[in-house]
Amino acid sequence: MAESRSLLPWPVLRQLTSGDLLGRGKAVRSRRTDEVEPRTSTADRVARSVCPYCAVGCGQKIFVKDEKIVQIEGDPDSPVNRGRLCPKGSASKNLVTSSLRETTIKYRRPHGTEWEDLDLTTAMEMVADRVVKSRRDAWQELDEKDRRVRRTMGIASLGGATLDNEENYLIKKLFTAMGAIQIENQARI
Amino acid sequence: MAEAHPVGFQWVVEAQNRGAKVIHVDPRFTRTSAVADKHVPIRVGSDIAFLGGIISYVLENGLDFRDYVVNYTNAATIVSDRFEDTDDLDGLFSGFDPDKRTYDPTSWQYDVEDEPGQQSAAQADDSEETQEQRDSAAGMQHEAHGMQVEGKPRRDETLQHPRCVYQVLRRHFARYTPEVVEQTCGVSQADFLEVCRAWTENSGRERTTALVYSVGWTQHSVGVQYIRTGAILQLLLGNMGRPGGGIMALRGHASIQGSTDIPTLFNILPGYLPMPNPDQHATLGDYVDSIRNPGSKGFWSKADAYTVSLLKAYWGEAATPDNDFCFDYLPKITGDHGTYRTVLDMIDGKVSGYFLLGQNPAVGSAHGRAQRLGMANLDWLVVRDLFEIESASFWKDAPEVATGEIVPEECATEVFLFPAASYAEKEGTFTQTQRMLQWREKAVDPPGDCRSELWFFYHLGRMVRERLADSTDDRDRPLLDLAWDYPVHDEGALGSEGAQAWGEPSAEAVLKEINGYDVATGRPLSSFVEMKADGSTAGGCWIYTGVFADGVNQANRRKSRHDQSFVAPEWGWAWPMNRRILYNRASADPDGKPWSERKAYVWWDEEQQQWVGDDVPDFEKTKPPSYRAPEGSDGIEAIEGIDPFIMQGDGKGALYVPQGLIDGPMPTHYEPVESPFRNPLYGQQANPTRMDYRRDDNPMNPAPPEEHSDVFPFVFTTSRLTEHHTAGGMSRYLEHLAELQPEMFVEVSPTLARERGLEHMGWCHVVTARSAVEGRVLVTERLRPLRVEGRTVHQVWMPYHWGGGGLVTGDSANDLFGITLDPNVLIQESKVGTCDVRPGRRPTGPALRELVADYGRRAGIGDQLPARIVTASADAQARSLAAAETSDDDQEGQ
Repeated sequence: MAESRSLLPWPVLRQLTSGDLLGRGKAVRSRRTDEVEPRTSTADRVARSVCPYCAVGCGQKIFVKDEKIVQIEGDPDSPVNRGRLCPKGSASKNLVTSSLRETTIKYRRPHGTEWEDLDLTTAMEMVADRVVKSRRDAWQELDEKDRRVRRTMGIASLGGATLDNEENYLIKKLFTAMGAIQIENQARI
Repeated sequence: MAEAHPVGFQWVVEAQNRGAKVIHVDPRFTRTSAVADKHVPIRVGSDIAFLGGIISYVLENGLDFRDYVVNYTNAATIVSDRFEDTDDLDGLFSGFDPDKRTYDPTSWQYDVEDEPGQQSAAQADDSEETQEQRDSAAGMQHEAHGMQVEGKPRRDETLQHPRCVYQVLRRHFARYTPEVVEQTCGVSQADFLEVCRAWTENSGRERTTALVYSVGWTQHSVGVQYIRTGAILQLLLGNMGRPGGGIMALRGHASIQGSTDIPTLFNILPGYLPMPNPDQHATLGDYVDSIRNPGSKGFWSKADAYTVSLLKAYWGEAATPDNDFCFDYLPKITGDHGTYRTVLDMIDGKVSGYFLLGQNPAVGSAHGRAQRLGMANLDWLVVRDLFEIESASFWKDAPEVATGEIVPEECATEVFLFPAASYAEKEGTFTQTQRMLQWREKAVDPPGDCRSELWFFYHLGRMVRERLADSTDDRDRPLLDLAWDYPVHDEGALGSEGAQAWGEPSAEAVLKEINGYDVATGRPLSSFVEMKADGSTAGGCWIYTGVFADGVNQANRRKSRHDQSFVAPEWGWAWPMNRRILYNRASADPDGKPWSERKAYVWWDEEQQQWVGDDVPDFEKTKPPSYRAPEGSDGIEAIEGIDPFIMQGDGKGALYVPQGLIDGPMPTHYEPVESPFRNPLYGQQANPTRMDYRRDDNPMNPAPPEEHSDVFPFVFTTSRLTEHHTAGGMSRYLEHLAELQPEMFVEVSPTLARERGLEHMGWCHVVTARSAVEGRVLVTERLRPLRVEGRTVHQVWMPYHWGGGGLVTGDSANDLFGITLDPNVLIQESKVGTCDVRPGRRPTGPALRELVADYGRRAGIGDQLPARIVTASADAQARSLAAAETSDDDQEGQ
């Protein structure tokens, strides 16, 4: 408190005495500024990642502290983006930490007017039951021209362009083994 | 590019700073135009006329890069004397069957030295069932497995033979004069010629020009031919396979390239192997031969090794030589099973269950109403997403709930909304638009019940297999024999059964399987040439082999750009074999020397007797430029030292495509399906082979020569804003982005605003035969009326990001489009349509449907079903068909 009464901390004095006449440098830094540490330097770890929006593939660094994502920045080492991100890429932290994200299963029963809750394992069991049934009900061993086709026309899927290669690989592998052929993604759109 | 791929655009600016001239051709003045040296506004849907005009300028003035063209393209190859062009047939090529609306391509084939008739029949054989080809997006397969050319077609390297490709091309494009370009595209002759000069002056030995497009280009009924036109121009100017050249497709989703390479698509298997059909692919042998086409050149000759390795990756020990490696386990496709066909089947009650994986068709697909009505008619729907997107909540808040078409109490669709893990909460690879795979490290665990697709599908597969474990039904063998034993991580475990029961599968283990390995030892393969057809290797996607070379995750390499060359080969990994520029053997001249010092990239080193340079050579490393194929050779052996296009059946870049395209061997201008103009070039109005699904719930606005096109007098198009992402599922729910672009708007020129009484920042609505959507009016000079065919045309622009969910809501522009598809790849025409624009807000509730129905009545829709699609003269149709019949007779005679 004593300091606050002194004239010494006045930025104008520092401006005049330190050579920073325009007050754009050290002279106008407050103690608070000096004490603030960027989240990037206090993070526990950094994951090297890639922007999830368009297909340019900008490198990102994801800073994690206490198992929470505290900052996402462009990766300066990347030959793709040299550390830069666009408005969407810069908002990726907002994407992953948004309070609007769904974190539990929502279930709407036939003719229902409201969402209901389901736990994850129950929902998985229900979906597995439906897949088995729909696959069986719409099975075609032969098509209308008596050609052997071994497939089901009861199950369709759309999506993949936002997913990982490994995920698309498993999706196609599983659906193909099931005989489900109406498997599509954004590349068709 | 600056709007939708802003960070990629920094390289354009970088080039500009070093003297490059940037030309932006776009209906609307955008952030790209603002930086470009030249903006050329163009009528939407007239791109083939524009680029065709430049091709004509090149050919008429002899400005092609002759040494490149003669040696590296099929310019010298001589085409069959049966071929007849659009000029002679009122807009049709020879061989058109007006009943099936498809071509018999026999008359398009090359002339060959021996047994000409047989040869063209054999070449065309691959395209035999063109109707089925269209129905199965086979064009995509052809594009991938290359044109198949048996034997040696005749050539004239002087390019003077009247039927050599060069001369055929010159005659074909001759009609695209600067005057025709002006009349068709609304581009002044001065602007057009400036582009011609810039492009040609900046191509050749010393310089290269890049063509960059965003994938709205594909969303036309002639989308594939748009890109073909660009390819022809870039080949003629010697810009392919060279640094600073090429054609860059700027794709719009993080891993849409990956999801095409390792497809979640109905018509292909990983690595662009076709999904089998029962007619051509009864056995593994038939299947493999249909891909490699014995006698053809190139690397598809090893299709047997790629296929057997995939089958081994799928069915492991169960796949043996005795059972054709379980080839019979693959389901067969028999036609169009694309997403639009499937959605119409949903409306018709033919589909039971639907998975939506990070995809929001209620907003993002053409004809949103059809999408939502389809989803409302399922037994069950699984939506996996980060947020409660419109495709999950349609049963309670779709626009059709307001109109009374979907009644929640009556809608029987059971909906599961599974929260998904975000990109930061799982590990794995994206494949970016430049074919580069980049591995992402996982930052944190996903919250709550959020899970990756890897987790979801691994466990779904496990549970389905458990349910069928005791089955003796033959149809369950493919599931029960499936190699489905991936190691799982402990973290993220769930439930009392513990980690093994519910753990997260290892993405790295899956990537190793994709890469491929030696079955006996488990050693990862380092190149697809190591793949064998005897079952001793397994590999899930042959073009990705090498991503795990030496047991190292090459996609996870992150050597700083400061510590390596400008090509940055040690950042991530690009398929195939980490090559950063495809077909880069073309960066050297026929003798293997760089075309110029300035443009040196990959060249033949005489001392080392191998190809060297900045990139991994896209050529057999020790095959010299002087190599000529022995008589009777095929496959890789037949690729000569001057054949840079090693996936094509003749090793040459295709200026003319005798097979594999449904709608013709060369691009020609057709009007968009919805257009206010008659085709100025000939009687055939729009693409005669397009996929058409006209039915009561999918009406199209009339276009000339039909009457009443004046009911929808304006042209509209859509594209992206920098601040939003496609259907908005990853942007409208974010505070920052929602604030930056808070509202749907309709951009119009001051002239149109005056004409229609639209007030800046007021409301207007846009009407088509499908729907009406509203938005705020944005009056700017960024859109200019154009003069086309002697009259003024107004173009309207809208972003397509909005829907009913998220922090900022609005009508969806994609509701305005109908469903009509390119015949080659079944992609919808959703970048051009006709519309009316009215001031004020649109009606709500049932009155909305009444407004649309009223427009339909005035436009005569409904009276006209089925619309006339083939509009070439009857005489031209008869002559085109006769060309096919002639060739049939000839074949029978042999």
